[in-house]
Amino acid sequence: MSKKQIKLIVNGKEEIIEVNPYESLLKVLREYLGLTGAKRGCDYGGCGVCTVVVNGKAVYSCMYPAIKAEGKEITTVEGLYKNGKLHPVQKAFIDANTVQCGYSIPGAIMSAYALLLNNPNPSDEDIKEAFSGNLCRCSAGYYWPEAIKLAIKYMKQRES
Amino acid sequence: MIPRNFIYFSPSSEKEALELLNEYKSDARILAGGMSLIPLMKMRLVSPSYLIDINKVESLSYIKEEKNRLRIGALTRYYEIEKSSTLKKLLPIMNEAATWVGDPQVRNMGTIGGSLSHADPSGDFGSVILALNGQIITSSLNGQRTIKADDFFVDSFTTALNANEMLKEIVIDLPEGMNGGAYVKLERKAGDFAIVAVAAQLSIDSKGNCNYAGIGLTSVGPTNLKAKKAESFLLGKQLNERTIDETAEIAASEARPIDDPLRGSAEYKRAMVKVLTKRALNLALKRARGV
Ligand SMILES: Cc1cc2nc3c(=O)[nH]c(=O)nc-3n(C[C@H](O)[C@H](O)[C@H](O)COP(=O)(O)OP(=O)(O)OC[C@H]3O[C@@H](n4cnc5c(N)ncnc54)[C@H](O)[C@@H]3O)c2cc1C
Ligand code: FES
Repeated sequence: MSKKQIKLIVNGKEEIIEVNPYESLLKVLREYLGLTGAKRGCDYGGCGVCTVVVNGKAVYSCMYPAIKAEGKEITTVEGLYKNGKLHPVQKAFIDANTVQCGYSIPGAIMSAYALLLNNPNPSDEDIKEAFSGNLCRCSAGYYWPEAIKLAIKYMKQRES
Repeated sequence: MIPRNFIYFSPSSEKEALELLNEYKSDARILAGGMSLIPLMKMRLVSPSYLIDINKVESLSYIKEEKNRLRIGALTRYYEIEKSSTLKKLLPIMNEAATWVGDPQVRNMGTIGGSLSHADPSGDFGSVILALNGQIITSSLNGQRTIKADDFFVDSFTTALNANEMLKEIVIDLPEGMNGGAYVKLERKAGDFAIVAVAAQLSIDSKGNCNYAGIGLTSVGPTNLKAKKAESFLLGKQLNERTIDETAEIAASEARPIDDPLRGSAEYKRAMVKVLTKRALNLALKRARGV
């Protein structure tokens, strides 16, 4: 087979792995690197549970050939937890009661994280739009917009 | 869902990409954002032996203003179109249409060149480029070709591109005088493909007569459709409730929708073409007048 060695920067750490061209970034994260935060749902861009951030942008890792991520910086939900502390977005998702079954949460948190990275003061419309690629079936997704507002508050508190 | 294996290339120049394309022709596929190609490969509807990833060819990504025209590189992503201040100033219908495509994850990857090359009749940008009378510039080792958008879409998922050719850029003549555009889309849920969508671009002269009318229809035919009869009906006329109503009626008669279990009956879609054409023209007119 035509495996190729690639270098990824995952949550700040350099990883060198061998991949087949047809393998998705999602598979590599979950099965080669043991990062099971990103989930597999539909596997074709319809549900958002596999969302991770690549070079500052939210992407579907199920639709991203791992080989294409060579040299890129990838952040998964595991990378938000640092020095024993939850990221403000994570804390806000907990405090806003967004978690019931939890399956969609890592993806939704990464969409929220990417939104605030690119747009620190989003409008209500921006917030809704940011989650348009993330499905939630247990209804706790209703509180995601609230979590974003809370996260903004926490981030401001952290700065001051 | 796992695609069949393939050999992966990631050229860093357009020339290198074209050489590969010339060598492998229809055994190869270009990979841009992957938002359509990857699912097709996973479902094994398409199984190229060679994948030519053009994402490193940075020279294909740009939005350039020139005298009287605009050039958009094939690899320009939806989110870049959405945010572009050049487009906001010159052709805001492009920003507006981009906000309607899929969701942030799709817009962060998907490209305008990929969208047009994929030629999905439900794609949003095909209609916009038709309404703007855009031109598609292709490139191959044999040189470049210029194809009118209207000649580019041959059939569903079929374009005028040859197997050794890629879409290089889109060229649009900038509207003159008082002008405005609108992209109006009816969808089942946020991020979905259109049930029906309409792109409208208008220019009006100092007497209020229409001197440019472009109308593109999404999801109501084998390709994105240019409502040519509706466009020529409106040309030279005063824009008012009556003429807009008649134009919308003609556009609806030009649509070729089919019944589909997901997004409604042909009859419903045709009725929606009329409603949305009216809305798009009214919005475009309002914007042209600057009110
Ligand atoms: C969840 C989801 C929702 C979506 N919603 C919408 C929507 O609402 N509206 C909409 O319009 N689209 C929608 N899309 C489709 C999206 O717009 C795709 O991005 C687009 O159709 C393809 O662009 P791409 O850059 O991803 O191309 P790819 O998927 O990489 O390629 C598509 C095809 O074009 C060819 N190709 C790509 N670039 C070139 C080039 N420069 N020259 C020649 N051939 C080329 C490829 O070989 C392939 O055959 C959606 C997709 C997903 C996954
Ligand atoms: S698993 Fe990637 S979008 Fe559903």
